[in-house]
Parts: sequence; C-alpha cells; structure tokens
Amino acid sequence: MNGIHDMGGMHGMGPIRHEENEPVFHAPWEGRVYAINRAIGAWGKWNIDAGRHGIELLPPADYLRMSYYEKWLARNVELLVQHGLVTRQEMESGKPAPGSPKATPALTPDTARAAAARRGSYMRPDAPAKARFQTGQHVRARNINPVGHTRLPRYARGKAGTIFRHHGIFVFPDTNAHFLGEQPQHLYSVRFGARELWGDGASPHDSVYLDLWDSYLEHA
Amino acid sequence: MTDDKTPVDRRAFLKGAATGAVAAAVPTPMHAQDHEHEHQVVPSDPALRTKALESLLVEKGLVDPAALDALVDTYENKIGPRNGARVVARAWVDPAYKERLLHDGGAAIAELSYQGAQGEHMVVVENRPKVHNLVVCTLCSCYPWPVLGLPPVWYKSAPYRSRAVIDPRGVLREFGLNLAEDVEVRVWDSTAEIRYLVLPERPAGTEHMTEEELAALVTRDAMVGVARVAPPPGGKA
Repeated sequence: MNGIHDMGGMHGMGPIRHEENEPVFHAPWEGRVYAINRAIGAWGKWNIDAGRHGIELLPPADYLRMSYYEKWLARNVELLVQHGLVTRQEMESGKPAPGSPKATPALTPDTARAAAARRGSYMRPDAPAKARFQTGQHVRARNINPVGHTRLPRYARGKAGTIFRHHGIFVFPDTNAHFLGEQPQHLYSVRFGARELWGDGASPHDSVYLDLWDSYLEHA
Repeated sequence: MTDDKTPVDRRAFLKGAATGAVAAAVPTPMHAQDHEHEHQVVPSDPALRTKALESLLVEKGLVDPAALDALVDTYENKIGPRNGARVVARAWVDPAYKERLLHDGGAAIAELSYQGAQGEHMVVVENRPKVHNLVVCTLCSCYPWPVLGLPPVWYKSAPYRSRAVIDPRGVLREFGLNLAEDVEVRVWDSTAEIRYLVLPERPAGTEHMTEEELAALVTRDAMVGVARVAPPPGGKA
C-alpha cells in the first residue's frame, strides 16, 4: 500500500536525533510490549509480514505521532482480537470472559531464551520457483501500486537497476501478509544508481541496493 | 491485490486500534456503544495500557510473565552491539575469518554463536578507503538483532528512514562523517529478510592491539555505517 510507512526519499521529517548512551528500552513498558509481541507471536496465529502490515494500517497521522513501541502495542491488540486470542469485550473489561478456556503459554522462560537464539529461516530452497533473472542483468522495478502489503518501495518503482546478487528463494511477503500462502519467489539484491533514483543532483558515485522479489522486476 | 482480497481493511483495523488500545486501560461505559465510530486513538498512558494488556494475557494463560522477563533480560543484557563488535574484531585479526564472513555472513557469525530472530539471513558489507556502506530500512525498522541488539530510536525514526536513501551524504554529515566526493556510497535498504552488518575499516594505530581491545573500539554506529571506528585515544591516527 502507498502508506506513510513507505518514506524513503521524503523530505521534511526534521533532523536525526542521536541519543548518547541510549538505553535499550526507554521505559519498562517498552520492554513489556517488545516481549509481549514475541510471546504472542509464538502462538503462530500470524506471521512477520502480517505483523508489519498491521503497523502500516495505522492511520498516517497516528503513525507519525506514535513512538515505535506504541505502534507495536496498537498493532498487537488488533492482531490478538482479529485472530481470536482475545475478544473486544475482554480488551474493554480487562478481564477474561466468564467461562473462556485458559490456555497454556506457548513461551516459557526457557523456550523464550531459546526462541531468541533459534536460527529460523525465510528461505524456501525447495520451492518450485523459477529465477527469471541472473547476476549482472539489467532490470526494471515494475510500476505497481498494490493496496495490500508490498516490500517494493515507491521510490524504486519504474526505475532501472542491475542484479547484484541472487539470494535464493524466499517467502513472498505480498501474499504471506494476507494469509494467501508463502508463494516463495527468487530474491535478488538489485543495485540502483543514485542518479537513476533521484536525478542529476545525486552523486554519480552513489547507489542504493534493495532486496527485491522476482515478480517485482521486469527485463530492462 | 484488490480491496476485497485484503482481509484486514483500514476501517476494521482502525476500529480495533481505537477501542482495543485505549479501552484496555480506560474502561468507560461509552466504549461499548462506540465500536462503529472511527475515532482517533486518544493518546493515553502507554504504560497503563501495556499493563492492562499484560494482565489480561496472563490471566488468560496466553503469556507467562516469567517468559516476558526472560525476553526483556535477553535483549537488555545479553544481545547487543558487543556481539557485532566481536565479529568485526575477529575479522580484523583473522583474514580467513574475514573471507568467510564476507562470503557467508550468517555461517561466519554463527561460529561465534550469534544467531536468532532477525539475524536469519546475514550479509556483511565491507567498508574500504573508496567504498562506504550505510544500512537503513525505509519501510519499517529491520535491523540485525543478534549482532546489534534492538535498534536505537534514530534508526527507527522518520528522519533517518526518509533521508538515508536520498541524501546519504547529508545524513552522514549530520553524524559528523564527511566523505570525500570520490568515495562511493552504497546504501542498503533492508526490504526483505536479509539483514546487513557493516564491516568498518580498522583504524590506524591499532596494529598491536588484541582482538578484545579491538572489539572495545567498535561502535554500533560504525556497524550501521553512520560512523567510522575512531582510533584509540592516544594512538597515532
């Protein structure tokens, strides 16, 4: 979706505020939101792409105003309700509905530590996907404007680049985010010259590399 | 993808964000009738809302508070940029390791036992005298957790995400790094599940330092690419 989250190349967002000796969490509640996110994710009711899309669906004004973990909090409440782990009534009362079954946590302290260290994968090497492109080939990012989730930023659409590296076959977020299957595709690192993206004012020496799925690209 | 194929449309989502996030800690009778209105999320204390959400989830048995403690402790105390610094220092002292690191970042980093969520597919990019690498995630805030920990606020902020791709040299200047015009800047926008770590240049005057001493010089910012590793105090720069 052409949302506020897709902000590469925008102006007017102000100076970058670098904080010396920044704590991991600025307040205890931020750590709790982070941990709740990981713990409820372990139920496997949604996936990382659906989670990202949940943030993208926040109203643009809220997206800009809310802090990172406030966005996570709002998104998590929504995912919990949509996927039936809690009801709106329970969210409002703060109490479990009478007679609702008590679950057993998917994450215990030991499994939580193990989950933090587990090496999962979004790669699907055995999926029956064909690679339409190879390293060194000239390509163009397609001009697409899907209303759902996509990882092709607006600033690269319609622009010409070169396949820099082939990463392998990966879960396709545009379908996975909407529970339409993983539909794995080949993924490439594509190099775009800064002048191709931003015009003659950009440095001729610079470039931006994006990781793009096969169906985002066409032959140039 | 069209509207009717999108299971979660904005209207449905808004409803949830408004009622769920706010009402969790501020239960008022009005909210029961308020469902159908798309009202703004009223800013209320996120600490209270988080507490309300956690106690509901605990009471329902959906989360174990001790598991939450373990996760917070892991990311506050165990996983952070010191991990990445050790990877960088190893690469500086061990050419064979550096070669493995640049060839298959994930496997080489796993040699030091750093792996896990948001580090599933690691690529390491090397800074050289005429090549400078900078990492960003313009679409959200993707960041290599197992080697750098959770990202700082500036990395997640709109100013950095919007400008890193269109004005990397200006961003670097804001961080105090002025690059010569003939240095090639490569910006890596983390649009997929590939996570990037910058291998900074080893500063001059560190020839006699141990791997451990070198690791102490390496900063998070240098591994994101917004800074260079400074020479040691008193060292010849």
